[in-house]
Amino acid sequence: MSISVSDLQEIRERHRPQIEERLQDGRLAPPTQVLVCTSTACRSSGGEQLFKALRREIKNLGLDVRVVKTGCYGFCGLGSVAVVHPGAVLYCNIDENGAGNIARTHLRDGRLVQNLLYRSMNGEGNRNFLHEIPFFEKQQRVVLDNSGLIDPEDINEYIARDGYFALAEVLRSRAGPADVVDAVRRSGLRGRGGAGFPTGEKWFFAAAQEGPEKYIICNADEGDPGAFMDRSILEGNPHAVLEGMLIAGYAVGAQEGYVYVRAEYPLAVKRLEIAIRQAQKLGLLGKGILGSDFDFDVDIALGAGAFVCGEETALLRSAMGFRGEPRVRPPYPVEKGLYDKPTIINNVETLANVPAIIRNGPEWFAAMGTEGSKGTKIFSLAGQIKNTGLIEVPMGISLADIVYDIGAGPPPGRRIKAVQTGGPSGGAVPAELLDVPVDYESLQAVGTIMGSGGLIVLDNTDCMVDLAKFYMQFAAHESCGACTLCRVGVVHVVDILERITQGEGTLDDLQELEELAYDVRDASLCGLGQTAANPVLSTMKYFWDEYLAHVRDRRCPAGVCNALSH
Amino acid sequence: MNVEERNYLVLDKIIERYGDRPGGLIRVLYKAQELFGYLSRDVQTHVAEKMCLPVGHVHGVATFYSQFVTAPQGKNVVRVCMGTACYVKNAQDILNRFRELLGVEPDETTADGLFTLRTTRCIGACSLAPLLTVNESVHGHLSVYDVARLVDRYRKEGPDEEVSPVEHKRQRPARDQRAAPPPN
Repeated sequence: MSISVSDLQEIRERHRPQIEERLQDGRLAPPTQVLVCTSTACRSSGGEQLFKALRREIKNLGLDVRVVKTGCYGFCGLGSVAVVHPGAVLYCNIDENGAGNIARTHLRDGRLVQNLLYRSMNGEGNRNFLHEIPFFEKQQRVVLDNSGLIDPEDINEYIARDGYFALAEVLRSRAGPADVVDAVRRSGLRGRGGAGFPTGEKWFFAAAQEGPEKYIICNADEGDPGAFMDRSILEGNPHAVLEGMLIAGYAVGAQEGYVYVRAEYPLAVKRLEIAIRQAQKLGLLGKGILGSDFDFDVDIALGAGAFVCGEETALLRSAMGFRGEPRVRPPYPVEKGLYDKPTIINNVETLANVPAIIRNGPEWFAAMGTEGSKGTKIFSLAGQIKNTGLIEVPMGISLADIVYDIGAGPPPGRRIKAVQTGGPSGGAVPAELLDVPVDYESLQAVGTIMGSGGLIVLDNTDCMVDLAKFYMQFAAHESCGACTLCRVGVVHVVDILERITQGEGTLDDLQELEELAYDVRDASLCGLGQTAANPVLSTMKYFWDEYLAHVRDRRCPAGVCNALSH
Repeated sequence: MNVEERNYLVLDKIIERYGDRPGGLIRVLYKAQELFGYLSRDVQTHVAEKMCLPVGHVHGVATFYSQFVTAPQGKNVVRVCMGTACYVKNAQDILNRFRELLGVEPDETTADGLFTLRTTRCIGACSLAPLLTVNESVHGHLSVYDVARLVDRYRKEGPDEEVSPVEHKRQRPARDQRAAPPPN
């Protein structure tokens, strides 16, 4: 039995005060709550132990302070992290003695623990409050606004942040499914998995399909090495994804949804399972949702470690329990998807944007970003950079702003050489082109792709030929084997690159490498093969001198290739 | 009833529960691997019979995905992350140090059955690069100098205390199935 909209409102009112308390930034008040990040990165820096230790210390001191688990704040390089509310005082890099220190000094005595406050990398002194940290200055958090603010394992906290009210609105308003599709169309939302297909168009095609059975699949097979935004959304705000799926289901007339998750993300799977169970318990998933005649339920399909399963046709085969081998498109999944029924496949971040678009209106969304790329984009920042972590920025911001302002530049004494975007299907943007705005078309123009949003920063200690070899080894390993050029050609490319990095390459090798890269692109069936050689093509385009140095001078400028280090 | 028979009973319940859902086979194989430590021929055949699938189909799925293993695993499974962020922070050197110290190649198990060395695809904690997991614990910000310490620690202590019993079982095949040294 589903709860009613007035029950939903009651839950919201009941839990709102404690959330509001967390939004009062920058003033010191008697502490009432401590939020501890327990997402994957912080967990491995001891987030879980910190959570338990804080609880123990608070109990021993007899204080009346709640300790709450949250998702990712984004500043993963600082783990483990705790934020004291009201006021949002940020403590980072907390060691095992830190919990006792925070409990005694701050929670009991009301004084800040100086040695655990954030110290700016650029020597600007301490920052006490979360919002003062330069890392957040150029960000605009829409999808991540709840991540780090609410407990992802408590549906009530999501409801207190207006969660499930977008769903209530579409079910209650006289507007039919067609209006929902139209709103998503007008918002200009494009697929965040990387290719950027207009989401509203996809929904429109699916809604136009005949037949009672349709499916919604959330693609959470984030296989790109160096990308972790989908994981962070699922770990920090799983209900937003479920609500997005519900709205998609209503818009196109589907009754069943599946989240296809990578097995490498056990915590994301666990939190998603909890979220599904809690939503089912309130009747927000199931039959007759919120007293309407709309039925929709969600289940999890587990991926098992195959990069190709991020490709939608391979994903479908995998979700049905087969080997993940792609097939020819058309027919597209919106016509023939799961069990040959019309199926929408949207990326995690795409779906997580939907509730906010419905709540605030498509015009609000379309006002962010650029002409062709609306809204915000989440990027994961890793590699040779001071501030690693997860950021959400308006589309159109330049890569230079991301890398130098938010990321605070390379480690001391290094120079940034390039930024690799789009993972194994993308390419390297050299340092001199970093002013490129981040949107689908501009990135394509410089020979890379938006991709899912992994940014790997490379500096003068990285060898671009070696990096190309790394990506090609990855592609060789992950090729499903259906197309000859992808199965055999990529291995051959790896062999040539291996020779070059060993100092045995010739100028003929370079020519063959380029020809082969184009052949692999032209003769492969799916996106994996078509884009597999991109890292080679883009590094050859921008870093030809490094290839020449390896082949002609028998020298590796970055000093990475051991065989060439004299 | 011995452990193996009980495991088969548990597996049958799982097959009943997930067998006819989309992607059910993959879930069943996960659970089977959790119960038995790896997917032996017998387990694959059993799953195929119970789910009315050709054995070839089950075997094809079990060998397609990198999460499934068809040979017994060591007591401690070391997975060195080879994602891009880890790679540019010298994950290859860390892997080489393990090869040297343990005397095995990736996907092999040491003769004493204590360690299986594997590589893993990006686990999405790139801020901690380079990293690896031992069983269920993540170790980040590593250098080649940390490897010997880690090996010693797990050689002495075995799997971490906080791992749940089920996960213990996953890492520890029954005594008689301990890995034989690789034939070469």
